[in-house]
Amino acid sequence: MASFSIIVTSSPLESQGCYSAYRFVQAALENGHSITGVFFYQSGVEVANAFQTMLSDELALYPKWCKLADKYTIPLQVCVTAANRRGILSQQDAIQNDTPNQYNLNPPFQSVGIGELVSMLNESDRSIQF
Amino acid sequence: MKSLAIINQSTPMANHAGQESVDLVLASASFGQNVSVFFVDDGVFQLLNSQNPGEVEHKHFAKSFGAFEFYDVENIFVCKESLHTRGLKKAQLNVSCQLLTPSELNAQLLKSDNTITLS
Repeated sequence: MASFSIIVTSSPLESQGCYSAYRFVQAALENGHSITGVFFYQSGVEVANAFQTMLSDELALYPKWCKLADKYTIPLQVCVTAANRRGILSQQDAIQNDTPNQYNLNPPFQSVGIGELVSMLNESDRSIQF
Repeated sequence: MKSLAIINQSTPMANHAGQESVDLVLASASFGQNVSVFFVDDGVFQLLNSQNPGEVEHKHFAKSFGAFEFYDVENIFVCKESLHTRGLKKAQLNVSCQLLTPSELNAQLLKSDNTITLS
């Protein structure tokens, strides 16, 4: 059994990558592997935007990731710099930005630095980028 | 601590990949990763010393390549073939680097524990 770090850099709507990452995490866990964490970088951070509003008959990745994280307690880590560039702010980021009531990055997604990615890579057997 | 290969594939101003690659290189190196940086395909354009990104109001992130050595990032590998097919020469590049053939690049990549591609 192996432990995996998952790195998501592809945008949820511009690519299949974010959904493939979700399916990979699900399959790995169901088969007894462990996921050290999921790190969202570049346009991958867009999936952490809580304001996403999909039509009811379309694939909604945001709630899928949230449910998966709750079920298996896997950390969903979002690079703060990449997220802020794309208008995705946690409550803490919003306070620092002087817009304390406007934030869209909520748990289980966490706003973190690249140090968290490094810790994740150090703790896992291998990494896969989507 | 592990080794991390960061691969750049995009032109400097087509998107934000170049800036986010620099962020990743400097931060992961400062957290103790042994970082190697690769420039392949259109990524080799990031190394041109004749860039003038101010013309299109872009930040000159390629200037940060000069800081790599202060973070002990000394392995900078450039695809010889990518340079050649784009009519570029080593003398036009803004950082000291090693030119490698695709098979030599693969051999270097195999030495890294993890790989992240910015495209």
